[in-house]
Amino acid sequence: MIDSLKQGNKTTLFWLFSLLAVWMAQATWIDQLNPYYLSILIYAGINIILAVSLNLVNGFTGQFSMGHAGFMSVGGYFSAFLTTTYLAKNPELMSEFQSFLVFLGSLLAGGTIAALVGYGVGLPSLRLKGDYLAIVTLGFGEIIRVVVLNLDVVGGARGLPNIPGFSNFGWVYSGVMICIFVIWRIIHSSYGRGFLAVREDEIAAEAMGINTTQVKVRAFVIGSFFAGIAGGLFAHTLRYLNPQTFDFNRSFEIIIMVVLGGMGSITGSVVAAVFLTTLRELLRPLQEWTHIDFRMVIYSLMLIFTMLLRPQGLLGTRELFQRRKQLEPGVTP
Amino acid sequence: MSYKKISVQNRFFTAYFMGLLLSQWISGCKPHALSLSQGNVREPSAQNQATIRVGEVSSMTGSEATFGISTHRGIELAFEEINQSGGVLGKKLQLMTLDDQSKPEEAATAATKLISENQIVALLGEVASSRSIAMAPIAQNSKTPMISPSSTNPRVTEMGNYIFRVCFIDPFQGEVMAKFALNDLKVKKVAVLRDVDSDYSTGLADYFTTAFKKGGGSVVIDESYTSSDMDFKSQLTAIRAKKPEAILVPGYYTSVGLIARQARELGLQIPLLGGDGWDSPKLVEIGGKALENSYFSSHYSTENTSPKIQTFVSKFRQHYQANPDGMAAMGYDAAMILADSMKRSKTLSKQDLREAIATTQNFPAVTGNITLNEKRNAVKPAVVLKIVDGAFHYQTTIQP
Repeated sequence: MIDSLKQGNKTTLFWLFSLLAVWMAQATWIDQLNPYYLSILIYAGINIILAVSLNLVNGFTGQFSMGHAGFMSVGGYFSAFLTTTYLAKNPELMSEFQSFLVFLGSLLAGGTIAALVGYGVGLPSLRLKGDYLAIVTLGFGEIIRVVVLNLDVVGGARGLPNIPGFSNFGWVYSGVMICIFVIWRIIHSSYGRGFLAVREDEIAAEAMGINTTQVKVRAFVIGSFFAGIAGGLFAHTLRYLNPQTFDFNRSFEIIIMVVLGGMGSITGSVVAAVFLTTLRELLRPLQEWTHIDFRMVIYSLMLIFTMLLRPQGLLGTRELFQRRKQLEPGVTP
Repeated sequence: MSYKKISVQNRFFTAYFMGLLLSQWISGCKPHALSLSQGNVREPSAQNQATIRVGEVSSMTGSEATFGISTHRGIELAFEEINQSGGVLGKKLQLMTLDDQSKPEEAATAATKLISENQIVALLGEVASSRSIAMAPIAQNSKTPMISPSSTNPRVTEMGNYIFRVCFIDPFQGEVMAKFALNDLKVKKVAVLRDVDSDYSTGLADYFTTAFKKGGGSVVIDESYTSSDMDFKSQLTAIRAKKPEAILVPGYYTSVGLIARQARELGLQIPLLGGDGWDSPKLVEIGGKALENSYFSSHYSTENTSPKIQTFVSKFRQHYQANPDGMAAMGYDAAMILADSMKRSKTLSKQDLREAIATTQNFPAVTGNITLNEKRNAVKPAVVLKIVDGAFHYQTTIQP
């Protein structure tokens, strides 16, 4: 007991240090970086949050959701709507502390609204299993997009321009650290075993006294919350939102990251998100030489080969830097 | 317990923080920019480079690929011409094109790459307003002049003083069709069928409605569809019930062709009206006979006998074995105005180039004489084309 507490404190300390390191980097050398590499780094960070949060639903709880981009758009649109129309009409007149508070508040609000929508979607649909759940979440993702498309207050099809560019490396990687920390701690807690139990065998889990629907909905709500945060960060990085960005292709991209990294591996999702984000950019020079867009062909071929050679994903259910083999399915600690 | 590991982590962090403190101490108390700002981008030493690099972000693939490829061909043709006649200030122009798959976020990344990695002097793009709006803050923050060939949404050039366009804007285009409907077609009752998926279509529909009502006409019904729709019969039946004298369909050519066919099947023989989104040879391939006697506004007409247009049309046909549509002409004009500004510019620094582009006066372009106004928009006439026997025929010119 005391031993595990010590261990917990140490991991918390580790994450706090990482958070501090991120902001130290932001304050010192990160702005000297080439803006192109910096923007890849930032988009990789946003993709990490999306992939890790979807992994909680798809990988750890075993519920195949295909509507993650929908929750991302809810969070993104809500936080951007708050900052553009109410809180930060003149971002250049605001002090740094003010913009810090405004951005933090709107991010959390966006995440909360996304979580609420996740709850509303999850409660009826998570009683379904497998393919049915996938189709329902896919449908809900599209509904969210079409609703946004017809909302004139956020620009509808015209999109939402002039979003203040509050987001930066520090914000995005704080989001990454917090997201990974929260999901890591949930999965490693005794409560989190419930998530894994639902994935392994729902009937057995129910027989052991786990409220499976509740567990599934909670995973869904937490996943949606972080998707909303990622959406808010995305909106304030790109400074323009368009409903087109959040179509089901975006959901598939996130699913691909989760599957490629390994369903049920947080570090796997991180590696896959970084890998796929940079791969798209690494293949750009090829396009400049050949004038033909080979990127998508190579990207797809790599996915096909990974799935053929390593169907469980790059890391399977294991983690990088794993200390104890306590998470293998069926192995009790 | 893994004490060893943790102490390794601690040592790593200690080293990291020491390094950070050291670097901060060395670099002094420099002000740090919050996001991409001019300070981070190395100023391109245009004087030292063998060629002048110009970036282009284009929708070579994705939903608006036809327009993107047309624009790219126009730009390519212009660059070839400029380089054959000796280039600019004794240097050749080098075009660097990146595809954005018709996605705003890709356009932003592509623009960032071109500006910070490839050190371009100016940026050409994008066709669609949504992508131009995503690119504009990046161009503005790095103080890189950006010329959009055909983004007609007024917001694009409002993003900053480095953003220009060589086309007219949606309010004007809406006004053109409203004027044409009222004065030339002499209709008073018009139905609107807009594409809610497209920023371009909804914008144009709104501006047309305002101008048409101001001129004394009335919009009897406002129906909508989404760009993936294939069946428009319910909307068209509702429109038929209101007995309008014309239907405004400000969408892209793919849907318009289908709408025209289905309207004729329902017995609606009234003319259809549209904007430059119609301007593609594919329109008649899809719509066929149903589009006869319909009208749309565009940037220029290939029928115009002015030598400027005819040489462009024949050169384009020779190169690509295709008729240049409006987008190709706009791409060509954007590149030509950029080259002209480079010749007039004091130096090839981005600031001087911006000044030169801003003072473009009466430039003899393919799509009419272009003057850039104080809002960095092109002031120039629009033409209305009529579809007769599957070909676009010049109908009238409407002055701003």
